Amino acid sequence: MPLAPPVTDIEKLKDHPAIVRLSAAKSVVLEDAKFDRDEMTIYIGRGSIRDACVQLRDDPACPFNFLADVTCVDWYPQEPRFEVVYHLLSIPNKERVRLKVRLDGVAPSLESVTSVWPAANFFEREVYDLFGVRFDGHPYLRRIMMPEDWDGNPLRKDYPVEGFR
Amino acid sequence: MAHLNPLPTMDAAEDRTMILNMGPQHPSTHGVLRVILEIDGENVVRIMPDIGYLHTGIEKTCEAKFYQQVVPLTDRIDYLCPLTNNLCYVLAVEKLLGLEIPPKAQWMRVLMNELTRINSHLVWLGTHALDIGAMSVFLYCFREREDILRLFEMVSGQRMMTSYFRIGGLALEPPIGFFDRVRHFLERFPARVDEYENLLTGNPIWGMRTKGVARITAEDAIALGASGPTLRASGVDIDLRRDMPYSGYENFKFKVPVSQEGDVFARYICRVQELRESNAIALQALDGMPEGPIKADAPKVVLPDREKMKTQMESLIYHFKIVTEGFAVPAGEVYQAVESPRGEMGYYVVSDGTAKPYRVHMRSACLANLQLLPLMCEGKLIADVVAAIGSIDIVLGEIDR
Repeated sequence: MPLAPPVTDIEKLKDHPAIVRLSAAKSVVLEDAKFDRDEMTIYIGRGSIRDACVQLRDDPACPFNFLADVTCVDWYPQEPRFEVVYHLLSIPNKERVRLKVRLDGVAPSLESVTSVWPAANFFEREVYDLFGVRFDGHPYLRRIMMPEDWDGNPLRKDYPVEGFR
Repeated sequence: MAHLNPLPTMDAAEDRTMILNMGPQHPSTHGVLRVILEIDGENVVRIMPDIGYLHTGIEKTCEAKFYQQVVPLTDRIDYLCPLTNNLCYVLAVEKLLGLEIPPKAQWMRVLMNELTRINSHLVWLGTHALDIGAMSVFLYCFREREDILRLFEMVSGQRMMTSYFRIGGLALEPPIGFFDRVRHFLERFPARVDEYENLLTGNPIWGMRTKGVARITAEDAIALGASGPTLRASGVDIDLRRDMPYSGYENFKFKVPVSQEGDVFARYICRVQELRESNAIALQALDGMPEGPIKADAPKVVLPDREKMKTQMESLIYHFKIVTEGFAVPAGEVYQAVESPRGEMGYYVVSDGTAKPYRVHMRSACLANLQLLPLMCEGKLIADVVAAIGSIDIVLGEIDR
């Protein structure tokens, strides 16, 4: 089964329910979109991730009401260095979408979505702990996996796999 | 609407309450979960789970391994359903590669997965009942679990850390007599489930300890990211095997048990019914098991047969290259979700075009389910905390990774 090349033209993808909803909302900055291996990825501007999540959750046609996962990818030494990744699932429509926010390497931070889905609580704490990305507005942003007094963020690419300490 | 736990510190608010540490070495926390409780007499005022005691950095380790070397690591994440972890990871990598898997391998994967689900639910049922005080159920459940572990040992050589699935198919052809032994087990198993139900379902003590305890509404469960039987017990009808099928699940007929009550008893009923459904799926997989190869036709990815490797130069070259250099995976990213015994297990694999994964992230169903705990326990009795923890079926290896 040969791989189809990814579709990155946002014009060709405008029928996808998530893109329809997000492009209609004025407050959401839609940077980019990609359809690859049957999965939809939408790049959102750093300032509007919370608005985008609210829009998608409250979409009457296709409500993406379930936050499956929040994680992060470190593209060190490229800039923008971090990509925070949100996986949403629409339980009524059985549809998935992936939202991404690109962040710079210096003091990365973005708005928390815990006010949209409380589920983001542990996921965002994990990203904060292991990548050092701050989530503004998170009610309890503390380390979750590593000890409280740990130095560094283990999943960053400039953190060695072996030989630390 | 579900609430968060916005507590900066865990100090007793008034003199009348006290702080109690439960765990990390507490038999009812199923591993090393620490729960900090603020109690007022017998009532729980606040509860805060504290995790991370089993954090081993598996996601970081994966980045330093070849794609095929990650498979044994995935076993260690959730040690009660190693084959589900194997499946989720290999499906993600196969999706990245665009590999087509032969039907026999797919059906074997379904069969092994349903046996794993039965295995995991049996451990859950035994320990959960033990926590609440029904000691004998544990012995019944582990009797059948032992049979399943023997089946795993027969097929893969290992009782628990099976690593039986490979990228592109299966590790080994199932041995002669394996299917007969599986059938022997599956045909007797529904009567065994009846035995568990005789012990518990109509038992008034069991009912008093579980009915109406730790109730969760559907809205709260969705908002807090619950999945699997925990979500279905609150009346949300979703099962990834049926709704977003993978690995040939669309060929199987099964019911998805859903309860409306959302309490500990409803979660118990959902899982016990899932035992029967898994048994039925496994029987269907046995009956319809296709013939044919167990590995995909992709010499650059799948290790050649031992026989060919020793007699044919080309196979030897491929074998040498896969073992020493791995195989390059086209750049891209995939989120593959499967229905694990505990809920939605997801593997997010990012490839940068080399032979090692750039990033592997596991979406842990238990981690999300654990967030329900404050909602379940606050304002309730301290004895029910144990029932609530047991009912969400946590595995700390998966939570901490």
